[in-house]
Amino acid sequence: MTDAMTGSVRVILPAHLRAMAKVDDEVRVVVPGEVTQRSVLDAVEAAFPMLLGTIRDRATAQRRPFVRFFACQEDLSHQPPDTPLPEQVVQGQEPFMVVGAMAGG
Amino acid sequence: MGGTRVLVGTRKGAFVLTSDEGRTDWKVDGPHFPGWEMYHVKGSPLNPDRVYASQTSGWFGQVIQRSDDGGASWEPVGNDFSYDGVPGEHQWYDGSLRPWAFTRVWHLEPSIHDAETVYAGVEDAALFKSTDGGVGWAELSALREHDTGPQWQPGAGGMCLHTVLEHPTDPDRLYVAISAAGAFRTSDGGKSWQPINRGLRSGEIPDQDSEVGHCVHRIDLHPANPDVLYMQKHWDVMRSDDGGDSWHEVSGNLPSDFGFPIAVHAHEPETVYVVPISSDSHHFPPDGKLRVYRSRSGGNEWEALTTGLPQRDCYVNVLRDAMAVDQHESCGVYFGTTGGQVYASNDSGSSWTPIVRDLPAVLSVEVQTLR
Repeated sequence: MTDAMTGSVRVILPAHLRAMAKVDDEVRVVVPGEVTQRSVLDAVEAAFPMLLGTIRDRATAQRRPFVRFFACQEDLSHQPPDTPLPEQVVQGQEPFMVVGAMAGG
Repeated sequence: MGGTRVLVGTRKGAFVLTSDEGRTDWKVDGPHFPGWEMYHVKGSPLNPDRVYASQTSGWFGQVIQRSDDGGASWEPVGNDFSYDGVPGEHQWYDGSLRPWAFTRVWHLEPSIHDAETVYAGVEDAALFKSTDGGVGWAELSALREHDTGPQWQPGAGGMCLHTVLEHPTDPDRLYVAISAAGAFRTSDGGKSWQPINRGLRSGEIPDQDSEVGHCVHRIDLHPANPDVLYMQKHWDVMRSDDGGDSWHEVSGNLPSDFGFPIAVHAHEPETVYVVPISSDSHHFPPDGKLRVYRSRSGGNEWEALTTGLPQRDCYVNVLRDAMAVDQHESCGVYFGTTGGQVYASNDSGSSWTPIVRDLPAVLSVEVQTLR
């Protein structure tokens, strides 16, 4: 169940993907069923199909190596994709953050 | 009076350079997709408003962008480059076998036969085709599944399919080139492929008569004489007079026969351009002099073109997709460097001027002749 007021999960995308999706700020997506990495990203890709393949590999659906997932000051990148996200994310109090990893110096 | 549009892909964005037919005053528009590696930007020869761009990133993967207004605005189209079936394995640098894995699109080739058809050459090497303007992609998998596939191995830049040439009158006939597998030809629209590497000599492989393993850097042809192919190989400039069945060397008096691009004049099928690079370890021009070499005899006899190009302290490279010719009556020639310069000639290469000097490293240069 998502945020009772808006029925949505907040997602912060990295700048390159915000530009591609033509959004200036965080996005909100309605997530049917349990709120997990997979269901949130499915909802993001459904709302912004131009992001297909940019966060998760198209062939394997695995997180791209230089993309990280943060929420509530925790790095959730290595959690299984069907692990429930923190309740603060579900309630819309905290965003789910898609982050480009520091790499390249 | 016609116009000229030069499409430039760089390590950090794409640029659109426009001029009239005189090609002396240029407008620079960009960067488009700032921060992204733009491996290739190319326009349709049938619809000059239609332009495709390969946008790629180590972080966010592959995106194909399409413009229907000559590069003024763009929309992402399809980026599902899934190999057909279960991909096999190819050689890795250390001799081990590694599964085919898609990394990026190196080259986009809008068809000369159909305005909605475009080919994509990708890493790990494979050829994809779209018949709906880049929305959906299907692999022409007989190439990757060729018997020699498990012997293919990457060049230093990866195992990329970087050259796609269409026969001017037979849509079923294609030439492709892969680093470092070699050149291949199909005569049935991609249902079957033949390696066309006979006569190539490559010191980097033990068997000089090997069917594959040659590091072909670029091939070009002139539509008036499509059985004549020109090739810049890792080392050696080569020529085929029989559609690739056999090759012979035409390096002649070049100061170095290592290089990346090769291009054929728009109106003179025997006029060819290369940019000699000192070696595979240097990757810069001999003696610090940036020189384009032109042969007007189909190879072997080459003249240095230096007017307007730096003749001292120049240590840039010119990559395989970074040279192109236009179709104006006085043929224009263009190339971009890893130092961010794009040079243009409006007189078949006899003299050059920089259009821009300080772009990010240039990966590709293509040109559209606007009527």
